[in-house]
Amino acid sequence: MEWFNDFWSTYSTLVFSVGVHALLALSIWLTLSCGLLSLANAAFMGIGAYVAALLTVNLDWSFGTVLLAGGIAPALVALIIGAPVLRLSGVYLAMATLAFGEVVRITVLNLEITGGPEGLNGIPLATEGWHIALILAITVYGLARLRRSKVGRAFEAIKEDEVAARLMGINVDRYKLLAFSLGAFIAGVAGALNAHFTFFISPREYGFENAVDILTMAVLGGTSSLIGPMLGSSILTLLPELLRSLQDFRSLVNGAVLVLVVLFLPKGLWESRRIKAFFKRLKGGQA
Amino acid sequence: MLEQQLLNALTLGSVYALFALGFTLVFGVLAVINLSHGAVFMVGSYAALAMVSHLNAPLWVAMIGAMVVSGTIGLLVDVLVLKPLRARNAPHLIPMIATIGVGIMLTSAAQGIFGAEVLRFPEEIMPMGDFMVGEVHVRALEIAIVAIAFVLMAVLFTLLKRTQLGRALRAIAESPKAAYLLGINVEGLFHITSFAAAALGGIAGVLIGLNFNAITPFMGQPMLHKGIAVIILGGMGDIRGALIGGLFLGFAEVISKAYLSSQMGDAVAFGLLFLILLVRPSGLFGRKLERKA
Repeated sequence: MEWFNDFWSTYSTLVFSVGVHALLALSIWLTLSCGLLSLANAAFMGIGAYVAALLTVNLDWSFGTVLLAGGIAPALVALIIGAPVLRLSGVYLAMATLAFGEVVRITVLNLEITGGPEGLNGIPLATEGWHIALILAITVYGLARLRRSKVGRAFEAIKEDEVAARLMGINVDRYKLLAFSLGAFIAGVAGALNAHFTFFISPREYGFENAVDILTMAVLGGTSSLIGPMLGSSILTLLPELLRSLQDFRSLVNGAVLVLVVLFLPKGLWESRRIKAFFKRLKGGQA
Repeated sequence: MLEQQLLNALTLGSVYALFALGFTLVFGVLAVINLSHGAVFMVGSYAALAMVSHLNAPLWVAMIGAMVVSGTIGLLVDVLVLKPLRARNAPHLIPMIATIGVGIMLTSAAQGIFGAEVLRFPEEIMPMGDFMVGEVHVRALEIAIVAIAFVLMAVLFTLLKRTQLGRALRAIAESPKAAYLLGINVEGLFHITSFAAAALGGIAGVLIGLNFNAITPFMGQPMLHKGIAVIILGGMGDIRGALIGGLFLGFAEVISKAYLSSQMGDAVAFGLLFLILLVRPSGLFGRKLERKA
């Protein structure tokens, strides 16, 4: 077991990051599954992280309640801004959520309680591996159930054709608000988990670049199933570690991956139909 | 002090307008939000810096060189990335996501080549000769920036309003399909637009680089956000709106920095943007949006 201890002491943070990024990718998967391109998920993650960290540090709440609060706070914000923002569609929605994210970042930068640009230091380490694993499992199970439920079908209908969905009697606005707030909830919990194993959070971690990173994970993996976002987030979290030797050019690969995937794999890496076909071919070849 | 602030605002605002013009031009003609425009802006200022310091080029040559370099990048992005997506008829958010990737690549490449630290133009190439108008301290540089920005904008307006090329571009903006049926070389004009828009972004980069005399690989990102704010203020795809929106943002930012707090200057742009999207999604000066989402 010694090798495992060695491995764990070096790479536990990395493994934790994979889990947290998977949650974030799933959070944007949820909004995308309702046809909404929101770039606010990094900001929601930040709200969750700050609320949770402040509750732990100042009020000494238990970790479970802190996580819940970290999810509820951004979900409430999403409910409030959702009503006006979700009237927009397509690029306008993307731009509005981007602007919202910047407003959040600049606000955090200027508030006293958040520690301003220096961020919050000395957040107690409370997150353990099984916390992340459990929450990820619950999220995946919940989303898998959701997909097959009436709500999931409504999301899909809205994504395919909003007008048709409305004509079929689906309350489009309410479902969009639901997807937006649930996505914010998941992102917030991910942020709360993240804050309690990195020891330190600052506004820089929740800006536009991070929103883009989250989106990239989902797009790379593919959004036609739940596996896609998790695959994408794992690859994009581990890739920089493997590419350490490239130093400053490291994120060049990230950018190139994004462009190449959009160009050549429009459905992402994990496209269930193609993968089934692949295995069928493989079997056919052997028989 | 108000006059001094107004001069600052005019300088900044005219560069914002120049930057946003390229941005809005691409949206109007290609119907793509090109999120690599900020990175192209950054590349422009590095290109000028490299020409001035390594090739000893005079500043005006470096400016033209920067426009050619960034324009070429814009053209390459159109040919290599946007054109295949058009051919595939990809949903309209896909090209935007692809340009995010291009932006990351350019920023990372600049960081790898030039390093992450702040680089500066050599002092001796700066236009000299400062003077006072009443109480206001006027730098020759500021005059040059405003003049270049307005000349370029005037050229663009004339091109769009008075020439056959401009007429064709406006036809494409209305409907690429109809323009194609009328015998307009739509693909060719897409390439020209991409080149011109990126060249405008590049020269804006040189002007901002000169104004603050600080160039970093990350200078494109805040500018991109401001560009987004401007074209939403002015109405997306609206050329005149970009000009007015750019100047407006310059003034709003400088005034709020001077009279509120230095940090809040950035928040003003996004607060404004957010509000305008909620109240008037078609922009302050825009007509009601006819385009389907």
